[in-house]
Amino acid sequence: MSASSVSLDHVSVAYGSTAALRDVSAEFPAGAVGLLGPNGAGKSTMLKSLLGFVTPTAGHLHVLGLDVAREPLAIRARLGYMPENDGHMPGMNAVTFVAYCGELAGLPKTDAMQRAHEVLYYVGLGEARYRNVETYSTGMKQRIKLAQALVHDPDLLFLDEPTNGMDPKGRDEMLDLVRDLAHNKGISLILSSHLLPDVEYTCDYVVVLDKGAIAVSGPIEALKGPAGRVFEVRVKGDAARFLAQLKAAGMECHETDDDVTRVFVPGEAGTEGEDQRRICDIARAAAVQVRHLRPSLPTLEDVFARAIGER
Amino acid sequence: MSPVHDQSYRRYGGTRRSPGRAWSVIARTGIRAMLSRKVFIGLLALSWLPFLVRTVQIYAVTAYPQARQVLPVDLRLFERFIEGQGIFAFFITVYVGAGLIANDRRANALQVYLSKPIARLEYIGGKLAILMTYLAFATLVPSLLLLVMQVVFAGNLDFLRDNPSVIPAVTLASLLRIIVASITMLALSSVSRSTRYVAVLYTGVIFFAEAVYAVLLVAMGSSRVAWISLSRNFAVVNDALFGQTPRYDAPVAVCAIVLVGLIVVSVSVLERTIRGVEIVK
Repeated sequence: MSASSVSLDHVSVAYGSTAALRDVSAEFPAGAVGLLGPNGAGKSTMLKSLLGFVTPTAGHLHVLGLDVAREPLAIRARLGYMPENDGHMPGMNAVTFVAYCGELAGLPKTDAMQRAHEVLYYVGLGEARYRNVETYSTGMKQRIKLAQALVHDPDLLFLDEPTNGMDPKGRDEMLDLVRDLAHNKGISLILSSHLLPDVEYTCDYVVVLDKGAIAVSGPIEALKGPAGRVFEVRVKGDAARFLAQLKAAGMECHETDDDVTRVFVPGEAGTEGEDQRRICDIARAAAVQVRHLRPSLPTLEDVFARAIGER
Repeated sequence: MSPVHDQSYRRYGGTRRSPGRAWSVIARTGIRAMLSRKVFIGLLALSWLPFLVRTVQIYAVTAYPQARQVLPVDLRLFERFIEGQGIFAFFITVYVGAGLIANDRRANALQVYLSKPIARLEYIGGKLAILMTYLAFATLVPSLLLLVMQVVFAGNLDFLRDNPSVIPAVTLASLLRIIVASITMLALSSVSRSTRYVAVLYTGVIFFAEAVYAVLLVAMGSSRVAWISLSRNFAVVNDALFGQTPRYDAPVAVCAIVLVGLIVVSVSVLERTIRGVEIVK
């Protein structure tokens, strides 16, 4: 990772009496960075503070080496923002809208129009570029938001929940675009999402926010790879008692939506099958039947669950 | 097989305008968008009818001096002409202005605008320029052109020499109407997401003020409270600008303060509402 694209120094933001960010200090390296957190964690507030939309009550923010408080326009000239909510210019077709955004960002009229056509093809709206944006489907609106953020060729992109409302195919295509931009086109980006697989697929670095504070941050691979193994376990019987005993044995347990518990066994690996035997021994002691037990790879979900769980 | 055309993303290596001129992009686009509406073109054309009538009047007076007894060409003519254009200014204000910010709010466009290198003042300036351009087209431009017609038909500058205040008076009276109408409408447009609501609100406020003034006029038997009505405020200030006998008892200073107050309140509203993020406390 090279120098940081964004830095926050003891930043606090409050809406009235409600604190949205609490004394946050963080460095976002260049490249693709995921901004993770549950709803209401402060992700969008952080992006809006970096854009200069929200003034922090304390602290300093820097984007691309520039002070947000002093040079917001210079920052926004080099920044692309894809907002979470729908946003377009009323009454315009896609190519006019994107070209208009290019002009607003400082491109000459002809260049803006040419770039508008190019980015609309890039995001997959080439055939629909003369349609009024208001007639677009949710997925198409997400794509045009990306196009307007890209038209002036920013050095840094802020993507706020870019796959919201998209069907699985559209979501995969959007994530491919995001990944391509970060890894092949040299554009740094911050992807704000509560969808762990999106961040895991597109980003190399993650910052996890919870209740307005940084829960954990670092390269995803490093965070996923501490000494320890992960197992998927499903039992029949008193699962609560089993989980309590696992935790008492120093293991971390996170229940998933599929009735499967992910068990993280800390420490260095022992002999082959030793961890499985320990889990089975605990199951026997808890008088539950192990129906499913298999090793799994650590995912960002484990990192996230651990970070949020520790708080 | 090689691709015929590279549809991948390419970095931009061209020139970029320095920040500070985006308002002209907003203004140009907005002005052009209005010109694509036939109804609006019709309204603009209609607003020039009084100019044609007054031009004929000026021609008649210069060609037939005896007509001056019936249709005098003096300062009052220009004052009345500007006030007569007020009705067109009203319709243009409602038609153009109601949606200027309300539509952007409805489409969440503010966050898109303000995520670009655009200051809030530039955004407001760009939107203001759209409405001011059309209001100038219906008030200031025909008023000044009417003066030109007078000079052309008379074949001399005697009228301007005899009435040196006419050009500043015409300009100030027109600009005052343009600025007050533009900024108050823009402020109203910024508080709602509905163009229709803004149009009704603006119309309602103006007509309500007129009605209140009419009631008070009857009740008090005096026009001292003419400052309540927007059109009377303009009339009082215009009388002072054109050096005419006041038609209303309201002090000029009070009417001027009311108009300036409207501008200040509108600016304050715009300052609060034009933000990249809507904060619900």
